[in-house]
Amino acid sequence: MAWSLFNLLIFPGFLFLFVFGLAMEFVDRKLYARLQNRIGPPWFQPFADFVKLAAKEDIIPEEADSVMFRLMPAFALASVVTAFFYIPLWSTQSLFSFNGDLIVVIYLLTIPTLTFFLAGWHSTSLFSMIGATRTLTQLFAYEVPLFMAILAPALLAGTWSLSEMTVFYDQHPAYAAFNIIGLIVSLIALQGKLERVPFDIPEAETEIVGGTFTEYSGRFLAMFRIAIDIEAVVGASLIAAVFLPFGLGLGAAWGFVFYLVKVLAVIALLALLRTVLARLRIEQMVIFCWRIVAPAALFQLLINLILSGVLRP
Amino acid sequence: MANFKIPIGPQHPALKEPESFTITLNGETIIEMDMRLGYNHRGIEKACEERSYIQAMYLVERVCGICSHSHSTCFIQAVEEIAGLAIPARAQYIRTIIAELERIHSHLLWLGVAGHEIGFDTLLMYSWRDREVVMDTLAALTGNRVNYGINTIGGVRRDISKEHLAGLLKTMDILEERTKYYIEVASEEITLIQRLSGVGFISHEDTVMLGAVGPTARASGVDRDIRRDDPYLAYKDIEFQVITDTHNDVYGRTLVRVGELMQCYSMIRQLVAKIPEGPVTVKAPRKIPAGEAFSRYEAPRGEDVHYVKANGTDKAERVKIRAPTLANLQSVARMMENNRLADVPIIIAAIDPCFSCTDRMIRINDTAGRRKETISWQALRTHSLEWYRKQGVDFKDLNAKMRQRMKA
Repeated sequence: MAWSLFNLLIFPGFLFLFVFGLAMEFVDRKLYARLQNRIGPPWFQPFADFVKLAAKEDIIPEEADSVMFRLMPAFALASVVTAFFYIPLWSTQSLFSFNGDLIVVIYLLTIPTLTFFLAGWHSTSLFSMIGATRTLTQLFAYEVPLFMAILAPALLAGTWSLSEMTVFYDQHPAYAAFNIIGLIVSLIALQGKLERVPFDIPEAETEIVGGTFTEYSGRFLAMFRIAIDIEAVVGASLIAAVFLPFGLGLGAAWGFVFYLVKVLAVIALLALLRTVLARLRIEQMVIFCWRIVAPAALFQLLINLILSGVLRP
Repeated sequence: MANFKIPIGPQHPALKEPESFTITLNGETIIEMDMRLGYNHRGIEKACEERSYIQAMYLVERVCGICSHSHSTCFIQAVEEIAGLAIPARAQYIRTIIAELERIHSHLLWLGVAGHEIGFDTLLMYSWRDREVVMDTLAALTGNRVNYGINTIGGVRRDISKEHLAGLLKTMDILEERTKYYIEVASEEITLIQRLSGVGFISHEDTVMLGAVGPTARASGVDRDIRRDDPYLAYKDIEFQVITDTHNDVYGRTLVRVGELMQCYSMIRQLVAKIPEGPVTVKAPRKIPAGEAFSRYEAPRGEDVHYVKANGTDKAERVKIRAPTLANLQSVARMMENNRLADVPIIIAAIDPCFSCTDRMIRINDTAGRRKETISWQALRTHSLEWYRKQGVDFKDLNAKMRQRMKA
């Protein structure tokens, strides 16, 4: 009981994720800055931002639905932290696992986006409502390719459990090479999920001020921000577990080092992506996702269907 | 989704100055746009009447923070014309060099702002880093990064040394190389092209009819540039091309500005090569004889117009400033039609607006003490059309005639 609580709250639970999320936000911001020829923030900047926001006054608009307004940040945070427990990180065994946890993780990762939508919608400000609509429109564009891209490796492994998947790929590391299209698709989809350039359409500041979060301030905004940071880490961990199952059988210490390297690599790729691209328009984003990303994911699914027949009779 | 109105401004992250755009949307598509100016009226024209010419020149320089040299040069050109002053050739050249440096820094600034408006912050950071090179050069030549204060009535206040001229040529090499890189980015970066091309379309005819000026007009194929059409300063001595484009959209406006940057470098090289020796200033009288003058100047944003009326004292009777943004604003409403909400910031930014420079106020004092009455907008419009018809001008025909003439 005490051990479970420790797992949930300290390691690898909330506290670890909190620190790790902030650290990754720093890495992302520093890389982004260096790529743009800027100096970038000091290492404690994300934490300082969090403390500052948390210390500020919470303002809830009179028109807004106060209950939903307060609840949504907590929902977003809870769902991303929960998703983390089902992902195998530095060994082939996640903290909790059951057959079908893959689906649960993907759904848990969808909940933050839905909370962004509901939070924006219940703020009842024009800008947040437009942001909310865009969030949802965007969700439909990248979610399906993401599902297909992540289910394809599972198809090859013949299991719906993330832990069993990593066991399978740990035994056949070469098979991971087949999933390269899926890896690219899920990186693009993760960028969309995190609402970063070129997919930061829902919170495009030059168009709709703060987008979904226009009315948010203080602790609630801080909670959303930390949820997004953690979502980035969880998303990167999911991609690492599904597509980069290397170095899992080397013991906890080496496993942990490999895990950090993998997450860092994913975060670095995402930072690079947002450096070199301009923000798309919402209809360009939807067209891009359905015309290019979704067929690519389907193709990956097809490859793995055929392969699973050939390799795993 | 039903039509709804969304306010952009007076305070909005996309706008750096206060002005209000009310946009009627259907979903993400813009139905129409309503514009309101006048949030930053500073009473500069009136203040000029209270000050001596030299004080007014410094005040006019502060009309705009970016094209400050444009406004001050445009103003003293008019003053010098009234006073009949012929300024030395070297002063003309120095003014021209500063003018072109100002154009470079203004266009680089615009490139960064445009990048920011479409969520491409990397372009902002890069072009503003390179803009620092021009800013430092301007500071070295004039002593200031903005509001250079190089002009004085009858010439310029500082000479440019040989070392500075040599340094200027080196700066041009650095900037030219950088600009080539931006041209490459503009022609290859796919998300950039996707975001810019086809956005804010305005036809050639509409551009002429709405009287757009500067790069905004030239991007719609209007071959008009005061530097060539009505040469002032040293522009008649140097060769340059007027860059035009027929894309008619934001992408075209980007290409025109980047093309003009390349022209600026070649112009500055010619100016440095040709600059004559001699004095940089002539003695100017404190009191300017009565008279009036109208001065035109191709500012980075388009044609800047100043009108000065002198009455024989050391203060101007009347100063009228028309900043280029005022001429371009009418076309923004047309550019907005049938675009998407996401394109609003870049369409506004594409005319390179300078709203604070534009804000002027007209107030009519009824000295005869006639009865004041309130008149509705519609009634006023009918009345004015009627009034002009009596004078023999029919505006209904005028539009049709203008279209005919443009076709011919």
